[in-house]
Amino acid sequence: MPSNEEVFEKVREALVDALAVDDSEVTPEATMVGDLGAESIDFLDIVYRLEKAFGISISRGELFPDDILTNAEYVSDGKVTASGLSQLKARMPFADLSKFEQNPLVQDFGNLLTVKDLCNYVKTKLA
Amino acid sequence: MRWFWIDRFEEFVCGQSARTVKNVSLGEEHLDSYNQTWPYMPASLMVEGLAQTGGLLLGQLSDFKARVVLAKVARASFDKLARPGDRLNYEVKFLSQQTDGAIAEGKILINDQPLGTVELVFASLTGPEFEKVELFQPHEFLRMLRSMRLFEVGRYPNGAPIAIPEHLLAAEQAFLDA
Repeated sequence: MPSNEEVFEKVREALVDALAVDDSEVTPEATMVGDLGAESIDFLDIVYRLEKAFGISISRGELFPDDILTNAEYVSDGKVTASGLSQLKARMPFADLSKFEQNPLVQDFGNLLTVKDLCNYVKTKLA
Repeated sequence: MRWFWIDRFEEFVCGQSARTVKNVSLGEEHLDSYNQTWPYMPASLMVEGLAQTGGLLLGQLSDFKARVVLAKVARASFDKLARPGDRLNYEVKFLSQQTDGAIAEGKILINDQPLGTVELVFASLTGPEFEKVELFQPHEFLRMLRSMRLFEVGRYPNGAPIAIPEHLLAAEQAFLDA
C-alpha cells in the first residue's frame, strides 16, 4: 500500500498530464472543475491515467455517479433530494459532501470533487 | 474541398487497431498554401489523419451509429517533416475504451520510418442533446468508407471479415432509388 504522499504524487502527475496544469496548481484542496479546469472529457483521460498509474480498474460512474443526478427519483426542483444525498454518500464514501449538502444544487455537483477526494478514492481502490 | 486525410485502410481490427496510408502529393492545395517556397504537410493535418483513422475504428464498434469526435490531443510530438512524394502511415491502437469514448495511441510513419506520436482522446456524443445531430449523410458516409477500402481489410480479432452494416446499405439503396 503506497503512502499518502506517494498516492498524491501519482495523482498529481496524472492531473498535470491530463489537464496541462502546473505541479503547483494541483493542491489537495483544488477542485477538479473550478480550479483545474477539467471538462467532462478530461475525466475519461484522468480515469485512464489513474488506472495505469495504480494498476486499478475504474468502471463508468464509479468516480462520478452522474446517473443519480439524472434520476427523477433523486432530484427535485434542480436539487438533490434527501434520498439522493444518501445514495451519493453511499456511492462516494471518498468525497466530502458536507458543503454540497447545505445547498445541493445539481448544477454545483460537477465542481464538488477535489484532488484530495480523488486521492481518497484511489486509496479505497487500493485497500 | 474534401476533408479526407487518409487515402485508404491497410489494416483494421475491430476494437483494437487500425493502420491507414496517406500519400503526400504536390497536387494538394494545402501544401502550397501552408508554405509556398518549401511545401510540406502541416502537422495538424497529420493529427486529423490519425483522428479519422481512430474515429472510424471507434465508430465501427457501434456499426457507425455513434457520433464520434476527437475530443482532445493529450500529447503530440513530430520529429520530421513530410514533403511531397512521401508516404505516411497512421497507426492507431486503443489503450482504453469506455462507453463515452476512448484513449488511443497514434503513431505516424514516413516511408516506414517513425515520424511522430500523438495521444488522442475520442468522445462518443451520446446524450439526448445529440440525438438529432447527424454528422454525416449515411449514403455519403458509406461511399467514403468504400473509397477508403475499409471493408476490404476490416476484420474481427478472430479473423472474420467486417460486413457493411445493414442501415448504411439501406440508406445507400434509398439514395439510389430516389
